[in-house]
Amino acid sequence: MGYVAVQGGITAIENSQKLNRYLRLRGTSSPLSVAQIMEQMGPLVDRVMSEGGLYSPFHAALALKQASGDPLEASFLVRAFRSTLRRMTDSLPVRTDQMRILRRISSAFKTIPGGQLLGSTSDYEQRILDFSLAEETEDVQEEAVREFEESARSPTQDAAPLAPQDFVKVVDILRAQGLVAPPPATEQRPAMDITQESVEFPLGRSGRLQMLARAETGGVLALAYSSMRGYGSVHPTIGELRVGRVQVRIPHPFRAGETVTLGSIVVTEVEIVASVQRPEGEEKPTFSLGYGACFGHNEVKAISMAVLDRAMKSPSPHAPAEDQEFVLLHTDGIESSGFCSHFKLPHYVTFQADLDRLRDIRRNDE
Amino acid sequence: MSLKDLLGGPDFRYNFAFLDEGAKREVRRALLKAVALPGHQVPFASPELPIARGWGTGGLQVTMSLIGPDDVLKIIDQGCDGSVNAVNLRKLLVATTGVRTTFDSREATLMQSRHRLPEIPMTEGQIAVLQVPLPEPLRLVEPSEVETRRMHAEGDYARMWVSLYEDVVQNGSVSLSWGYPCRVNDTYIMSPSPIPRWDLHMLHDSEHLTLLGAGREKRVYAVPPHTSVRPLEFDDIPFTVENFSGMACARCGSTDTFLDEIYDEKTGQPSRVCSDSGYCDLVTQGMIRARQAARA
Amino acid sequence: MRETVLLAATNLGKTYGPGCHECGNLTGPDKGTNICPRCGTVVALRGVTFELHEGEILGIVGESGSGKSTLVQCIYFDQQATEGQLSLKGYEEQENVLHIPRTEKRKIRSRLMGMVYQNPLRGLRMDITSGANVAEKLLEAEIFHFARIRARTAELLASTEIPSAYTDTFPRALSGGMQQRIQIAKALANNPPLVLLDEVTSGLDVSVQARVLDLIRELQRERGISMLVVSHDMGVIRLLADRTLVLKDGCVVEDGLTDQILEDPQHPYSQLLVHSTL
Repeated sequence: MGYVAVQGGITAIENSQKLNRYLRLRGTSSPLSVAQIMEQMGPLVDRVMSEGGLYSPFHAALALKQASGDPLEASFLVRAFRSTLRRMTDSLPVRTDQMRILRRISSAFKTIPGGQLLGSTSDYEQRILDFSLAEETEDVQEEAVREFEESARSPTQDAAPLAPQDFVKVVDILRAQGLVAPPPATEQRPAMDITQESVEFPLGRSGRLQMLARAETGGVLALAYSSMRGYGSVHPTIGELRVGRVQVRIPHPFRAGETVTLGSIVVTEVEIVASVQRPEGEEKPTFSLGYGACFGHNEVKAISMAVLDRAMKSPSPHAPAEDQEFVLLHTDGIESSGFCSHFKLPHYVTFQADLDRLRDIRRNDE
Repeated sequence: MSLKDLLGGPDFRYNFAFLDEGAKREVRRALLKAVALPGHQVPFASPELPIARGWGTGGLQVTMSLIGPDDVLKIIDQGCDGSVNAVNLRKLLVATTGVRTTFDSREATLMQSRHRLPEIPMTEGQIAVLQVPLPEPLRLVEPSEVETRRMHAEGDYARMWVSLYEDVVQNGSVSLSWGYPCRVNDTYIMSPSPIPRWDLHMLHDSEHLTLLGAGREKRVYAVPPHTSVRPLEFDDIPFTVENFSGMACARCGSTDTFLDEIYDEKTGQPSRVCSDSGYCDLVTQGMIRARQAARA
Repeated sequence: MRETVLLAATNLGKTYGPGCHECGNLTGPDKGTNICPRCGTVVALRGVTFELHEGEILGIVGESGSGKSTLVQCIYFDQQATEGQLSLKGYEEQENVLHIPRTEKRKIRSRLMGMVYQNPLRGLRMDITSGANVAEKLLEAEIFHFARIRARTAELLASTEIPSAYTDTFPRALSGGMQQRIQIAKALANNPPLVLLDEVTSGLDVSVQARVLDLIRELQRERGISMLVVSHDMGVIRLLADRTLVLKDGCVVEDGLTDQILEDPQHPYSQLLVHSTL
């Protein structure tokens, strides 16, 4: 039976699902393992955790497998899964200044206390297609891993052992010189939870950052780009970008004053320093700050978040990126893709009404 | 070229300087037009390169279109040849051209740079290629491309001047720091790329040719030798450069160069060093005498 | 052009729409419409001819839709007249300035004309301060000396009775009357020989109106500026204008000394206007 929208066509829908599965599996390649996605598609998994709002590489990888690699679809699966899980408690604020650094750079100064650590990045890779990857066998894999691990075990004389240490935040250097204003008193209110309270505008910074934290990467990037290009110019300097592991701790359930460490997660955090501002009541002008942080390793998103955080604080907003409502209501990937896709649903009753109106107006013209 | 070559097997060879010859010709034509109209932004196709947009693809396309096997190439970023991005760009160019490279600005025939000009003034026969993120100086007051094109065409720069005026009213002086807008050849207002105020005078009445490339924004423009380049300033509020008085380079002792503020990795202590690492090296190694230095 | 004539318009016309050969016959004051019933073209102005002498104030009166605002906008180059000629003393290189390049038109606007709009949103930039609005005119005329710009701005704002404390205030924080004064200060910035005023007091309270009108009269007397004053209000015209043009449906139906028109209007429409004046 053909697809007849309103009557449901249950059979067609079931057949479509079977077809999806068939298309995913009918090739000559063996089924992807969730482990392969988790291990070899890290950035994609991180993106889905971030947009799904749930830190669990396994579930994000599983969702990606199910969605055949579509990140919007996968994030949707994760977000929906989240709704069924029991909320047990809130963690203590995560201490990014105690992060176990995997990567740390600053564009503001050539050298910084603690040093710049390039870490794993594709920034300086030349985007030249590597055809040898088409022939990557398990032998090649073993060899590459062994070679790297050997060289790591016997460092050259230049490499200094990097023990975990506290890295002073670059922004704190500027703060100590009075060049960055302390956070305003109005933003010291307790954080809200956008998943449990309704979001109303104007939204406090806690809510704005939460919404950005699970926003769709392409969406926040586009809006941040508009700001960088001139629609409300935020010319950011990255004070610091850090990627690494932070501990997740909760207050001890029955031993007051103590904490329990649940484990660690990877986060990306960016602090940008932007244009000079004159805060109300202060005599001296300072730099303004923008902040962005998200699950996993996703630098484009964290930088874009920071740029938008700063843009949305603009005292006289006129560009789209400075308008809270514009930015926050249009960057949630699950909401936007959902609404976009809903236009595929039958709309013939509404369309019939439109046809009727148009024919009527055309008759009036005669 | 065989089908296998086109599909990119392991024997695939990239064209000299990566870009195909047609693309290079298009860039050169655009550059000729740019040189004929100092300070005027000329659009070009700007195809993608293996380096990300925003990382110097404009400068790179200019260099790729001009470079020949006999050229001597210098690449710097923030004044330093050793900066990660400079290293990366040099790698790509050397891999696809095999040209000789140098850290000494006096030897270079082509010098590509991000955000600085060398402390030793460049001479006739040398070409400086500057990487430009935002070629449009009027973007400060107008986001629309259609409108800024009209403003340039009609010489309608009042709004730009008004923003400088308001800046002075508010802050006592013009607070624009890098990429200070300039009037070129008494005609177009141009962004000199994000070079500090310190470097601006080196564009004015220079002996060398300066070409500026914006890959992402798809524009090139030029300042020919001996062209006037004047920062926008009020008659009674002269343009000033960055203040390094009382400071000297901790390595070479220079007191007349643009200095980087750095914080020691281990101790956190602040100090100053020349941004132009090539110049600093030459002085430190005794190859040249510092123009102006603190007593040891 | 005779020595004392500053501005001369000959047969000015402005239409919006495709146009047809009946437009002229089917529109106008005796037809009671400016829309061509055949092709829908709006004939906003037709055959407007007049001279403005140095030091003179010419009033342009008519109801909404008469074409009076269109006329002033065509002279200020906000709109492009579709027919006719315009000559301006001080720009004698071209007989007809309606068709000179845009860069030249901008020069005329900045040095030879000043314009005050009914709606301050049209005449002022709300995203810069009052002082900067005036400074913009000076910068357009390539005066790049900060202290001089500041001084001249202060002088102009003072002459239009704007308190100096408002120099660095944004226009949107000020009253309608104040905003009109800023517009006037801006219009006078480069000492233009001609100032155009389009319904400048129509949106203001009566008492504020009176003060702004007084200001305009005083400034004109002091400086001998020629003015084109557009209004639907005969009272404003009577107060300011030496001579007057009466417009109806895009055409001039009467023109002469203001006093004479008020005493003894000839055209039925002028009679209507005069008699319905409060």
